[in-house]
This record gives sequence, structure tokens and C-alpha cells, in this order.
Amino acid sequence: MEKIKVKICSGTSCFVMGAAAIQALEFTPPEDIADKIEIVESRCLNLCHNAENKHNHGPFVMVNDELIEEATYEAVVNKIREILKNNCEA
Amino acid sequence: MLIPKNNASFMRTKILIKIAESYFADKFENADRIPLELRPKEQQPSRCCIYKDRAVLKYRCMAGLGAAPDEETDELKSLKEYGKDALERTELPKSKLSVIDIACSACIKSQYMVTNACRGCFAQPCRLNCPRDAISIINGRAHIDPEKCVNCGKCHEVCPYHSIIKVPVPCEEACPVGAITKDEFGKEHIDTEKCISCGKCLASCPFGAIVERSQMVDVLKQIHDTDNKVVAMLAPAVIGQFPGDIKNLVSALKKAGFDEVIEVAVGADITTQKEAAEFIERQEAGAKLMTTSCCPAYYRAAKVHIPEIQPFVSHTRTPMYYTAEMVKQEDPNCKAVFIGPCLAKRVEAEYDPNVDYVLTFEEVGAIFVASQINVEECEAEEFNKLSRAQGRQFPLSGGVAGAVASLIGDKADYRPEKIDGLSKENIKLLKRYATKGCDNNMLEVMCCEGGCISGPGCVALPKKATRAVEAYVATGEQLTTETKPGEK
Repeated sequence: MEKIKVKICSGTSCFVMGAAAIQALEFTPPEDIADKIEIVESRCLNLCHNAENKHNHGPFVMVNDELIEEATYEAVVNKIREILKNNCEA
Repeated sequence: MLIPKNNASFMRTKILIKIAESYFADKFENADRIPLELRPKEQQPSRCCIYKDRAVLKYRCMAGLGAAPDEETDELKSLKEYGKDALERTELPKSKLSVIDIACSACIKSQYMVTNACRGCFAQPCRLNCPRDAISIINGRAHIDPEKCVNCGKCHEVCPYHSIIKVPVPCEEACPVGAITKDEFGKEHIDTEKCISCGKCLASCPFGAIVERSQMVDVLKQIHDTDNKVVAMLAPAVIGQFPGDIKNLVSALKKAGFDEVIEVAVGADITTQKEAAEFIERQEAGAKLMTTSCCPAYYRAAKVHIPEIQPFVSHTRTPMYYTAEMVKQEDPNCKAVFIGPCLAKRVEAEYDPNVDYVLTFEEVGAIFVASQINVEECEAEEFNKLSRAQGRQFPLSGGVAGAVASLIGDKADYRPEKIDGLSKENIKLLKRYATKGCDNNMLEVMCCEGGCISGPGCVALPKKATRAVEAYVATGEQLTTETKPGEK
């Protein structure tokens, strides 16, 4: 099965606002998703320039083609689990 | 227990960003809106109501502006006025950690508690092993008499069901020197005489009730409102703290307004050379033990709390000292800003006339965000001075001892041991080593576990930062006793 791609924005704003903590997925991902995800190296996704109230929308993380705004480690893990569950059902 | 990243620390970063933005927008004219913007009406409150959330945020903003919440004299004084104070002051306020009393949840006194996992078993090891007869079995369950209990933890250790838990007070548990204690109302207070400014309480408080005075506004004034030449001195732990390469960071800092950027790893190379020479000299004079002195929290702890170890602490100065000395020799009129992961460095800087300001990586990150600088998009720029592999490895536990080892070689009998993290246990260990002797003869002491890359002012994950520092060390040239630090 194809791995779920996780792209964490590495713009300075996202990084400082919490993306740095989401990088824990590279080191200690929860067991149930560890071998099902792939962290894709990414540069700044340039999404904050479009957001209306810029800083309140970062950090940005893409899980496959879904965008998570104000992402946290927890929110990203939940999204991954949701996709895995949907894949199973389909 | 330090909480790596959590809502309280994210909020601290957001506050710093808002303050930097407010400085750029209108010099704090509308600073009183910050708590409202961070806690808008439609959001779920995280305390009892949004009004309390906002009140706490106001105090946290005060700290961000450089004021100490526990020195408040007028509750009605607005953030705009605190901002005005920050803009007008010419002297730095004395660095300190303080507790926001309304945010302190007055955690219950640290204690052991029997949970309902207790089966009221026949063996009753808790009762039989309690040295104070504090445990009795009531209604088929163990019960601890708080009057008799001395918090030794024996019952907790022996319960086969793990039914006895310890309920700690996080800040008190984190403080290695007993500097934070409760008052009669259960609120925590910091004894500044005892405090070593390590920041462990700040990082561990689940209510974000502990704050520290920021110098961010003072530096913003220097780089934007004066013609002074301002030099950024980057601690070796900076590697990996921002996305992009260290070379991108040089030009990012210049874009932010700094005139020159220098690596403190260059000063660390000097520390390595002097520390190695001092070790050999001491050993020849018959000394049995030496400890490092570059961690300012340990340096202060040794002075105030471990007098036994004081004679063994090396006299070699810190990388920050040598770097600032170099910077001021080149231009005595410039302003030197140390940028690092450490809160205790602010105290060290108060005793070092060559260091004018100390910022954390988090504060620099906030300046970048507010100035809309994206580090990895800034062009790469070289340092004028070259750091070597030895100086670059200082921020990792074992790094300083290793750097010194490389210069000692077979010139002395060198047996290093690393004290990784200044915990209550390790302070006891250091006392024992000082009085009863130690198998090894060089102790590297770092207050933060894992080294400076775990400091309270860091942005990146310690693991990720460690990897980045290791890679940077690997690309460095080797330092020798003949090398002139900094020269290419």
C-alpha cells in the first residue's frame, strides 16, 4: 500500500509557531502509523501569504492532498489515522 | 519532568511575535489589544473564562515587554504604558524568573496517593514497608495518614498493582535547587537568592504561570532606532534551530537589522584550548578533579548550593566571554547581543561588561516572524571567522569533555565523566564526588539534559537539533593547541 505523505511547511513562521514540534513524527511516530507514513522534505509552502490573518493559521501541514491549518502534532496524527481508516473501509 | 512542546510554550512564542509586531506597527500604541487578539470571544476558554485567560495573557505580555509581573504596583497600568517604559528605558531590568500569581493554580502539596486500583490485598507490602506506620487498611483499601507520611515513596515502590501514585508539584519537582516553594495560600514563589535561572520551572509549569523578563524590545530598539553597530553572537546550539542553513541565518539576521554576525563556537575554541591547558596545569599541581565552568546555571549552582565542588570548578571563561571580548576588541562601541538557548546566560551577561544583551532563539524567531523574514530564502553568507569542530560540539552533552580530550591527548591522565542534566540527584552526586572523591578526574556538567540543545529558549526538537549539530561538527576542521581561533 502506498504510504501517506506528510509535508510539514518549513517556512520560518510555521517552524517557530510549532511546526518544529510536529517533526517528532520523524523520530517517534505512534506505533500504529509508523510504517505507513513518509515525511516529505519540504520548503516553505507559501500558504501564509494567502491567509487572511496570517499568523493565526500556521503551522501548515499537508497530509496527502489535505491541508491542515494551525496544525499540531495531535491534529496531524488524527488526520493520518482518519485516512488510514477510510482506506481500510474502501 | 520537562514538557517538550505544549500549549503554554506555543502561547509564549505567539505572545513574543505579537509584541514584536506591535513594536513595528505602532510602538505599542495598541498593545492592549494583544490579549484580546490571542483570546477572541468566540474561542473556548482554557481557564474558567476568557476574562481570566486575558488577564493572565496580560501578565505574560508584561514579561515579554521586560516587566516582572510580581513587581506590579498598579493593576490598571496598561500594556501600552509598559510598552512606553520599555521604549524609554536605557538600562536593562535585572533578569529574573517570576510567578504570575493569578495563573498559578496552587497545585496540591506534593504527596503520595492511593488510587482505586488498590485491591486491599492480603500481602499488604505498602503497610509493612512504611517506615512511619502511616498506612492502614480502611474498608478494604490502603489509606495514607498525611500527618505521618514523610513522602519517602516506599509504598509506591512496593505496590504490586502500581496503585499508589505520586502527585507532584511540577515546578518544585523540576527545580534542582529548591528555589521555588509555596506561600501560605499555596501559590508558588521563587527565592531569587537560591534561583540558578535554569528555567526548568518555566518549562515545566502546565499552567504557563512562570515567566521571564524578555530583552527583545531592548534589542529591537538597538537595531531599529539607533545608529549603533549591533553584533549578533550566535551560540553553537543555533545549528538546526531554524530551517535552512547556518549561512542563510547570517543574512537573515542582517536583514533583521544586525550589522555583524559571529559564531560563539569561535569563543568555544578558545575555551577548549584554555580548559585543556588548565587541566594539565592543575593535574601537575596534584589536583584530583576538575569540572567545566561553561554552563552558567551550573556555575551559579556550584557557588550557591554546592560549595564543596567550588575549588574544582575550572577558571577558564565561557565561550560567550571570549567571543564578546573579541567583538569588543574590534569595536569597543558596538553593542554585543548573545543569541542562545539559555536563560541563565542573561545572568552571566550581567557580570560581563562586554555582553550588552541576551536573546533566546525563540525571541529571534519572533523577530523573524514579525519582520516576515523567511530564513531559508535568505541568500547564503559566510562568517568572517572560522569555527572548528571542537567549538561546534559544545552544545551536546559530552561535547565539551570531548573537545578538551582532543587537545590533551597523552599529555595528561584524562578521565572524563559527563553529568548530563542538573537534577536534584546529580547535585547530590556532585557533592559526594567533591567530598568523597570520584573514579574519574574531569566532570563535564550541563544543566539541561542532552546539552544546550535542550535549553528553555530553543525552537527545534532536541533530537533534530542534535543531528544537525553532529553534521556541522563533522564538516569542521580540527583545532590544535597552535590554532589561532577564528582564523581561516
